[in-house]
Amino acid sequence: MKILYFAGLRQRIGVGEEEIEPPPEIVDVAALIGWLRRRGPDFAEALADTSAIRIAVDQEFAAMDTSLAGAREVALFPPMTGG
Amino acid sequence: MTIRVQREDFDVGAEIAALSAGNHRIGGLTSFTGLVRNMGASLGAMTLEHYPGMTEKMLAAIDAQAHERWPLEASLIIHRYGRLEPGDRIVLVITASPHRDAAFDSCRFLIDWLKTKAPFWKLEESADGGERWVAAKASDDHAAARWAKNEG
Repeated sequence: MKILYFAGLRQRIGVGEEEIEPPPEIVDVAALIGWLRRRGPDFAEALADTSAIRIAVDQEFAAMDTSLAGAREVALFPPMTGG
Repeated sequence: MTIRVQREDFDVGAEIAALSAGNHRIGGLTSFTGLVRNMGASLGAMTLEHYPGMTEKMLAAIDAQAHERWPLEASLIIHRYGRLEPGDRIVLVITASPHRDAAFDSCRFLIDWLKTKAPFWKLEESADGGERWVAAKASDDHAAARWAKNEG
């Protein structure tokens, strides 16, 4: 699964894109974020406040309970500030 | 109906002329041009980051919604990314319709919605050489929510 981080999240985590293989029990977005947090202090800190994180699964907005079944690309980023 | 995400500047007059050329059902166009402005302690220069692929998809989705809600003959959204300075054009929305109400309302809808739905992020440069990610504004969410309520 490809995972992308944007803006402030990318800076805090220190990587913009990576290939990950979460264990089979990671079935939804909430479980994935929990799993990512355990990968190190940078992840734990950047992903601590889920109210400040927006999620897209295969380029569609997703929620914490969105299933990851068949997901190829997950993106995590802060609230958008375009326009 | 046309979405462009680009680093380059755009010419508002040329875009308006191109959008309406040859279509005599258009009775009016509304355009909104967003500019980089100078705010407080920041230098005003900023770098816009976006999510290539999803950005175009989200802009196309909100554009399709505008066409469902209003009788539009044509529409255009251009959003720039990369480094921009105060006074630079950052976004252009044009809507064209037989009627002015539809042109005005749909243009407002598109700019309000893209601010909260399109994956762009602004990194501001400050006078001390530092950089700061711009925080999302509640007022932008409220502006977008206004249109959601109207969906009934």
